[in-house]
Parts: sequence; structure tokens; C-alpha cells
Amino acid sequence: MDHHQPGHAAPVLNDAVPVRHPGRWISAIVIVGVLALMVQSVITNHNFRWDVVGTYILDVKVVQGVGWTLLLTVASMVIAIVLAILLAVMRQSDNPVLRYTSWVWVWFFRGTPVYTQLVFWGLIAVLYPKISAGVPFGPELFSVDTSTVITALVAAILGLGLNESAYLAEIFRAGLKSVDKGQTEAAEALGMGNGKIMWRIILPQAMRIIVPPTGNETIGMLKTTSLVLAVPFTLDLTFATNALANRIYLPVPLLIVAAIWYLVITSLLMVGQHYIEAYYGKGVDTNLAPALINPAAAKAAAAVAPSAEAEPSLKMDFPEDEAK
Amino acid sequence: MTITTQKPLVRIEGLHKYFGQHHVLRGIDLTVNQGEVSVVIGPSGSGKSTMLRCVNLLETISAGRISVGDQLIGYREVNGRLHDLKVKEIAAQRREIGMVFQRFNLFPHKTALYNVMEAPVQVKGKNKAAVKKQALELLDRVGLADRANHYPGQLSGGQQQRVAIARALAMEPELMLFDEPTSALDPELVGDVLNVMKDLAKSGMTMIVVTHEIGFAREVGDTLTFMDGGVVVESGDPREIIANPQHARTKEFLSRVL
Repeated sequence: MDHHQPGHAAPVLNDAVPVRHPGRWISAIVIVGVLALMVQSVITNHNFRWDVVGTYILDVKVVQGVGWTLLLTVASMVIAIVLAILLAVMRQSDNPVLRYTSWVWVWFFRGTPVYTQLVFWGLIAVLYPKISAGVPFGPELFSVDTSTVITALVAAILGLGLNESAYLAEIFRAGLKSVDKGQTEAAEALGMGNGKIMWRIILPQAMRIIVPPTGNETIGMLKTTSLVLAVPFTLDLTFATNALANRIYLPVPLLIVAAIWYLVITSLLMVGQHYIEAYYGKGVDTNLAPALINPAAAKAAAAVAPSAEAEPSLKMDFPEDEAK
Repeated sequence: MTITTQKPLVRIEGLHKYFGQHHVLRGIDLTVNQGEVSVVIGPSGSGKSTMLRCVNLLETISAGRISVGDQLIGYREVNGRLHDLKVKEIAAQRREIGMVFQRFNLFPHKTALYNVMEAPVQVKGKNKAAVKKQALELLDRVGLADRANHYPGQLSGGQQQRVAIARALAMEPELMLFDEPTSALDPELVGDVLNVMKDLAKSGMTMIVVTHEIGFAREVGDTLTFMDGGVVVESGDPREIIANPQHARTKEFLSRVL
């Protein structure tokens, strides 16, 4: 950075005329116009019944529905993530039994509709009225009615979670494969065991790849929970708003109520995802010296700094080499 | 250069390696004494990196024996029959052998300090505060005390490689393997890494160095081995071989790299 050393006159910055973009202005005007028309129609069309939306948006049944929907989403995603890590690791295992088991699991749960699986879990008590444990061909240790263990809620969570685990397993597998083989070798060379290599070295790096599509899946799951009436589980947001709509014969405002809540939850999930991504991106996506991300910005920052020598993060000897 | 005790630490005997049908190593014999720096050179594809990777079992051994100290690498011999070691036993053997890679392979999600601390804490279960002190000393030794809290992505290649050396040293190995440690570096960054390696050699570390740096071999090496086509063509005193190679292939190779 010798051109910033004292004794040299500051350079005259180029004051070039930027390229004009008339297309941006035209498209902005068109889109704002269309948007204004839509907003106007939504406000003035009385069939939307915004008054009804206002009445029911914080209705006890609706808010409870939001709670149940959140519970279903979180519980089934937790089950799915735990299973997916297990399935992805099994798929990479040296043990062929584990490898094929993982493959068959994904094949089955991805290959049948989630609706079918939910109905199936709802009917499990018909197939197996009692769950009992005991020695095969020997005495029975304990026995319970299936319907008391697999309640509608449990059936819904199991159905959603197991189905999702198959999709997430593929996402996790892709993430694990994306980590450079040199990372495993370096960890092996240090004498680390397989478990430590996976948990401390590979998985944290794979998370960078895994988190965005998993966020996608979580938001998808939020909306898939509306299928739990197949179990039947009848407390979630969609069922609650549908029930209200049928009672007052006004489907549109209650659809809007449901849509608003789904949007609110999705937005919150997106905020959460942002922070998770930032966490797993450390060392790679964030914290990089300005010079490595944007050489021009670094030069500008160096010019602003009173002395390049006084700013240790800017006097690194390498960024110019790396950036060229 | 260095005072050697003439006690063999590494013994490679009749080492063969196949990748499928491809016969990469065709009977390698190499002995490295305690405290010696053994430099291995040769054209790419000559099998020198593969040989090095066999020493800490990053590659399986197709035929032959490697021993480090009194340990047979990768196997247990019972009544004349070899038995594969378990993953945990292999990991235990690797703890005694440090390795430095051409592509550094630092853990990008951990700072330089935590790269160095990872194995002593996680593998040896040592006290974190003590390891941190030792790690900072090691980083200071490779000239990077002020980069302890930088992520690998914020370091130049030469700095990353020096952190990688510190990371390997943190396990206090009895042997260090260097797999073309300067080949991925910009020319002006090579010197710093070689200087760290020279200091390490002076401290009495036993080292096997696969490299293209003939100058390093001449200055620091106790023995020089030239490999080509999966065999050792020539081995001996580095200065003699470089000044006066006995084989045509060695002569030809040296004439191209010098």
C-alpha cells in the first residue's frame, strides 16, 4: 500500500459518469402501479370481510391452533433431524447392513405419500391393538393399549417426522459429502476417532450446506401440518380456521386469518434461520478481512484510516497477494 | 548437520501399494534414524506422497511392513499372521505421527488457536488452559502469535501452513511427515515455511519430507531419496547425490528442477 504512505499526494479520484438504467425506473413505475390497484381492490372489495378477519385473528381457537401447529412443526422436525443425521452417517458407514438399512428407509418414506403415512399412523391401533414387550415365545413383560400410547398427536408427529427424515437424510448426506476429504484426513492424522471427526470437524462444516435447505423443509413442514386431519388430528391452525369458516359460512376471511398466521410464523422462522446460518458460516462466510471480500472496499477503508500502520487488520501483508 | 543417534525410528520394508490394478509402489525400502531429516524427491506420480501416506495409514499397505519405533503400523502380528488393527488402535498410532499436507487442511470453522488446541484437548483429553498456553507458544514458535484469533480464511497460504505445522506439533509427535508442504504456496511465501521446518529439524525432530525444494534437501536433509516409477532409484547423502547423481534418471530429474 505504498501509494498511501506520507509524502505522496492523495490521488485524484476518477469522477466518471455512471451508466444510466432507464429500465429500472420504468419497471418500478409499472410494478408500483399494479400494486396500488391491487391494494385498492383488496381494501374496497367488501367480500374480503376484513371486519371478520379482525374478529377472528386473535380468536382463542385460532391462537390455540397456531400453538398446536407450531408444536407439530417443531416436534416433527426435531425427530426428522435426529433421524436424518443418523441415516446420513449410516449411509456413509463401512457397515453394509447400516448402509442398506438407510437406503431402504429413505426409499420407503420418500416413496409413499405423507397423507397415506398419516392415515396409516392413525390406524396403527387397528393393526396392533396392544403393544407388549416380552421374551419371544416366552413370558410377557408388559402390555398397553396402543391407542393410549399412540394418541392422535403422537401419530401426527410420528407420521410427519418419519416422512421428513427421509428428505432431510438426503440433504444431510449432500452436506456431509460437500466437506473436503482433506478435512477427514487431517483429523485422522491427528489421531481423532470417527465420532469426534464427524461431530467436531465434518458436521459443523456441512451445516453451512445443510441449513438453507433445512430451513426450506421446516417452512414446508409448517404448512404440511395442515394434512394432520388425515390422522385425524383436529386442533391445528388449518382445521381450526376451517371449522370456524364452516360455522359462520364465511370461508374467505378465515382463509386470510390462516394465511396471515402462516406468514407470521414463516417470517419468524426465516429470522431464526438467518442467525443459524451466520453461526455455521463463521470462518468462511463472515469475519473475513475486508480485503478478502472486496479489495476496493479495503482500499477505501485504508484511505480513510489515519495510518495504515496503526490498523493491524489492514496492515496484513497478504491480502493484496490473495486478492490479485 | 544434525547429531543423529543412528537408532532407526522408521523402517519401511518391501512396501507395495496397488490402487486397483495400478501398481504404484513397487517395493520400497527406507530407514529413517531418530532425529534425522529424510528428504524424498521425485517426479509427480513417482509414488513419494503415497509412500508417505502409508506411514500413517492414510493409505492401506498392500504388501510389506512399516514400523515406527517398536510399533508395526496398521497390523498386529500373531503367530506369523497379520491382523488388521481396529480403528481406535490405528488412531492411537497416528497420535505419535504428525502430518503436514500440501493443501494445509486447516479446519476452516476454527481459529488458528483452536486448530492447534483441537487434538490435544479432544484426543488426549488434556486440560484446556494448559493446552491453550502450549498452543500459543507453538504459534509463537512458527511466528504467528499475533494471528491466534484469525480464521484460516484470513491467513495467507504460508501462514496457514505454519499453523498446520503448529497443529501437528501440538500432539508432541515423535515423527513428522511433510507432504509437499510448500507446493501450494506463492514463491515469496515458501521461505517462511521452510525456515520453520529448518528450526524443527535443528530441535532434533525426526522428519520425512516429500518436496521439490532441492535447496532444502541440500541444506537440511540428512539423507536424500530419489523415487521414480514406484521404486527408490537412489538414496544417500543429499549433497553428494545433488552434486554427483549416479543414475541417469536422477541426473535427468535434477537437471530439470535445479
